[in-house]
Amino acid sequence: MKVLGKPRRRVDGRAKVTGQTRFADDIVLPRMLHMKLLRSPHPHALIRKIDIEKAKSHPGVHLVLTGKDFPVSFGILPVTQDEYPLAPEHVRYVGDPIAAVVARDEQTATEALDLIEVDFEILKTISDPQEALQNPEPRIHAYSELGNIHRLQAFEFGDVDEALAKSEHVFEDLFFYEGNTHLPIEQHASVAALDGEGKLTLWSSTQVPHYVHRSLARVLQVPASHVRVVACPNGGGFGGKCDVCNHEMVVAKAALLLGRPVKICLNREEVFYMHRGRHPVLMKMRTGVTKEGKLTGMHLQTLVDGGGYGSYGVASTFYTGALQTVTYELPRYKFDAARVFTNKPPCGPKRGHGTPQPRFGQEIQLDKIAEKLGLDPAELRLKNLVKANSLTANWLKVGTIGLAECITQVVEKSDWKNKHKKLPDGRGVGIACGAYLCGAGLPIYWNKMPQSGVQLLLDRSGQVTVFCGATEIGQGSDDVLAAIVAEVLGIDPFEIRCVTGDTGTTPVDLGSYSSRVTVMMGNAAIDASQKLKNLIAEAAAEQLEVIPDHLEFSGGRIFLKDDPSKSLSFAEAVGFAEEKFGTLGAVGSYTPPRAPGRFKGAGVGPSPAYSYSACVVQAEVDPRTGWITVPKIWIAHDIGRTINPVLARGQVEGSVYMGLSEALMEEQIFRRLPPKLSSALVHKIPSLLEYKSLTSLDMPEVETILIEDPDPNCPFGAKEVGQGPLLPVMPAVANAIYDAVGVRIDELPITPDKVLKALHLKAQGKEARIGPTSFPSVPYPEPVVVLPPWEGGDGNAVKGFDKPRLSPSQRKVSSSSA
Amino acid sequence: MRRNVHHNLTVNGEALEVSFAPYKTLLEVLREDLALTGTKHGCELGECGACAVLIDGEPQLSCLVLAVECEGRAVETVEGMGKGAALHPLQAAFADLGAAQCGYCTPGILLTAKALLEKENAPSRERIKEAISGNLCRCTGYQQIFEAIEEASRRMNPQRQEDR
Repeated sequence: MKVLGKPRRRVDGRAKVTGQTRFADDIVLPRMLHMKLLRSPHPHALIRKIDIEKAKSHPGVHLVLTGKDFPVSFGILPVTQDEYPLAPEHVRYVGDPIAAVVARDEQTATEALDLIEVDFEILKTISDPQEALQNPEPRIHAYSELGNIHRLQAFEFGDVDEALAKSEHVFEDLFFYEGNTHLPIEQHASVAALDGEGKLTLWSSTQVPHYVHRSLARVLQVPASHVRVVACPNGGGFGGKCDVCNHEMVVAKAALLLGRPVKICLNREEVFYMHRGRHPVLMKMRTGVTKEGKLTGMHLQTLVDGGGYGSYGVASTFYTGALQTVTYELPRYKFDAARVFTNKPPCGPKRGHGTPQPRFGQEIQLDKIAEKLGLDPAELRLKNLVKANSLTANWLKVGTIGLAECITQVVEKSDWKNKHKKLPDGRGVGIACGAYLCGAGLPIYWNKMPQSGVQLLLDRSGQVTVFCGATEIGQGSDDVLAAIVAEVLGIDPFEIRCVTGDTGTTPVDLGSYSSRVTVMMGNAAIDASQKLKNLIAEAAAEQLEVIPDHLEFSGGRIFLKDDPSKSLSFAEAVGFAEEKFGTLGAVGSYTPPRAPGRFKGAGVGPSPAYSYSACVVQAEVDPRTGWITVPKIWIAHDIGRTINPVLARGQVEGSVYMGLSEALMEEQIFRRLPPKLSSALVHKIPSLLEYKSLTSLDMPEVETILIEDPDPNCPFGAKEVGQGPLLPVMPAVANAIYDAVGVRIDELPITPDKVLKALHLKAQGKEARIGPTSFPSVPYPEPVVVLPPWEGGDGNAVKGFDKPRLSPSQRKVSSSSA
Repeated sequence: MRRNVHHNLTVNGEALEVSFAPYKTLLEVLREDLALTGTKHGCELGECGACAVLIDGEPQLSCLVLAVECEGRAVETVEGMGKGAALHPLQAAFADLGAAQCGYCTPGILLTAKALLEKENAPSRERIKEAISGNLCRCTGYQQIFEAIEEASRRMNPQRQEDR
C-alpha cells in the first residue's frame, strides 16, 4: 500500500481549519429572502382554522405558506409517507411545523409568525409507550397497525422455548435505554433557488441528498430532472440529517413560488424538535446457557417509543432485533418488537441505529451470566464468538470477524486480569463488545440499481477529478474517496479534486448513513479507477515498449517494476492515453451481494461485511455521592484495513466519546405541565446548556487499537469505523460500575442518583439494581417462522409467509378503534 | 422602521466601516454584514462556543456581544489567523492531526487555543482541557484536539520541544 494506512492530513483539512468549508448557512445569494416556521405549541391537536391575513400584510413579508399549499405527504421510508411539509390538520408533537413566513430578514419573519392565528382543538396527549398501549384512541395516525401501535414485528428462527427449556440456566432480564439526540453543533440549514432555466437547486445540511432529491420532486410535483440537491459539508450528522426534513420542502416551495433565493436555518430549540434521534426502548431478554457457558437461544422482546411520525422507525425497530446474532453464536433466536406512536418529536436513526439498545442489554446480561457461572466475562465472550464465513440463525452472512483479537488486545492493554474483581472497592473495570453493519444491504426504496456510483475524469495535465454522490459529514468521506483513487492510480491524494454530494453533477450514492460509504463508494471508486488505470497502462506500455502488466503505478510515476528507470510521469502517461483512446473518463459502481435470507423482513440486517469492537472501561464510583468518574477506556476495533489512521482513530474516539456521553448523561426527555395549565407534554431540555453532554474536562484518556483483518467484500479490505466503536461503550460502563460497587444499573443514562439509590438498596440488603421492573402486555403477533440454516432451513419462511399475523381478537380492537 | 447604525470596526487588523441594525450581535455582523462566515453559530445563547472570536486578544462568544460594543477594539476571527496563505501553526496542527472532523466547532476552538498559547508557552494537558471546556465538539472526543494544541505549542516554541 502506498497511500492507505499512512497517517495523512485529510484532503479537506485545510478548508476546515481556515473557515473556508462552506456549510449550508454560509451560503448567501443575491436577493435572498429568509424563512421561519411556525411550530405547534401543543403535543397533540387538530387545527380548526389558521388565519394568516395579518402576517401576510406585515411589512417586509413576501409569502406565508400553510398545510393547504402541500397536498402531498412524504416520509423517508416508502411504507411510512406520513408527514406533510406543513401539518394540514393534525399536529403530533410540540414543534410540528404548521406555517411558514418568508420575509426580507429573519427578524421580520419572526415578527410575522406572531401574527398568525391558529385555532386548535386539543387532543389527549399520548406521552409514552404505556399510554400508547392503554389508549388506542385518540389515534396519532390512522394507518397504524393496532390503536397507537405503529408497527408489530415477530420472527422466530428455530424453537426458542424448547432450547430454553433444555438449557441448564435461563437468564431473564429487563433493560431500558432512554432516548437521546444527535446534537450536531451545526443547526440544520437550507437554501433554495431557481437557476437561469427556472430549475430548482437546494443546498442543504443533509446526509442523504439522493433521498431529498426524490422527495422534493414528489412533494413539489416537479420533474426530478429539474431538481438539484447539493449536500453541503455537514457540521456533524450522526444520523440527525438522514431524514428528509419539513423545512427542506417548504423552503424549496417558497423559492419556486417567489423566483428568489430563500434560506432557512433552524435555531437550536428547533433542532431538538427535528430530532429523529435514538428511540427509547424497553427490552425483555431471555437467554438460555449451558453449564459450560454456551448460549443456546435467545428470546428478545422490544417496545420502541417512536414519537409522532414514522421516520426511519420501521427500520429502527427491525434493527433492535436484527443484529443480535452476528457477535455470539445463537443457535435459536426469537424476536418480537412493537413501535408505538407518542406525541413527541419523531425518533429515527442515531449512530448505531436501533442496535445500541439491545447491545446494552445483551452485554450486561453476559456479565451477569459470567458471574453466575464463575467465568471470566472476556473468556465467556471468546467462547461464544460467531465463526468467520458463517450464517447466523436469522440468515445473515458473516464474513471476516476480528473480534477475538479485539478482545485479546483490550484485555491485555487494560491489564484486565489483574483488575477485574481485584481493584479496591469503588473502582472497577467492565468489558463489552459490539458489531455493526458496513452498509445496509438494501436501499431504502426497492430498486436493483447500484447503491454507489463513481465517475472519474482525467486530462493531459494530469488532473484527476472524481465525482460521487457521497456526502461529507465530517467523517472523511472525501478523504476516503481520494485515497482509494490515489492508491489505484499511484498518485498523491492531494492531486485529486473531489466533487461530491451533488445530485446535479455526481452519480448517485445513497448517502452517509448505515456506515455504507467506505465500502460502497470505495468499491465503486476502485471499479472506476481500475478501468482508467488499464487504459493508462496500455498507452504507457506502448511508449516504454514493455508489457502493461509489468508496470507499476506509484509516487506519481508509471515505471517498469524491474527497471524503474523506464518510466513516465503520471501526466505524461495520461497524455499518451488521451492520444490513444480520446478523452479519458470512466464510471464505476457497486451493488452489495444478495443476502441469503428469503423471508419477508430479511431485508434489514444483511451487509457486505460486519465490523466488530471490544472495549474495557475503568470506572470509579464515589459511594457517598454516586458520582461516576471514568479515567480510561481501551477500545479495539476490527477495521479490516485502515485507510487513514488519523481519521480512523478520530472516528473511534468520537464514538467512544458519544457512547460515554450517552451512558452517563444524555437524555431527550419530556415533562407534563401542571394540569391546571395544560395537559401538554413538553420537552424538558431543548438547549445545549440543559441537554448535558461531555465536555473536554470530562473526557477520559482513550487508547485505540485498530485490528486489521481485510474483508474480501470491502475496498482493500476496509470495513466501517464510524458507528461500531460506539456500541460496546455503554454496557462496558454499566459492567465497570458493577465491578466497582456491586450495583446493577440496567437502564441508561447511568446517573449518580441512580447509583446512589442502588447503593442504598444494597445497604438495606435488597436487590442492588435500578432498572425496569415490569414489561407491559404487548399484543405481539404470531411470528414469521424461519428455520435456521443448521435445522434444514432454506432461508424461506415455513409459517407466516407474508407478515406477522394478528390474532382475530387483536384485529377486532384494531377495527373498532379505526 | 429600524435604523442602521454606522460604526468603525477593526477586524483581523483591517479598519472597516460598517452599517448594521443596532440590535445585531457581533456574530451576526461578522457573518451577515462582513461576509466573515468562518465564525460559526451553534446556539446563539452562549452555550456551545462555536462562535468564539478574540476581542483584544481574549476569547469571547460573539453571540453574546453586541457589535456596537466593539468600536475601537481589535476583533480577530479564523480568517485572520494565518499569515497570508500560510497557516498558523495551530491550524496546521489541527489539519494534520485530525483535530477538525466536521470542522464546525473548529474556528472557535482554534481562536480559544490561540489565546491560551499566547499567554502560556507550554500549557499542560489539564490547562488545555480547561481552556476549551466551553467549546463543545461532537465529533472528535477531544483527544486529537488536545494533541494538536500540544503539537502547535511545540512548533511555536522550539524551546518546549527541547524540554521534552
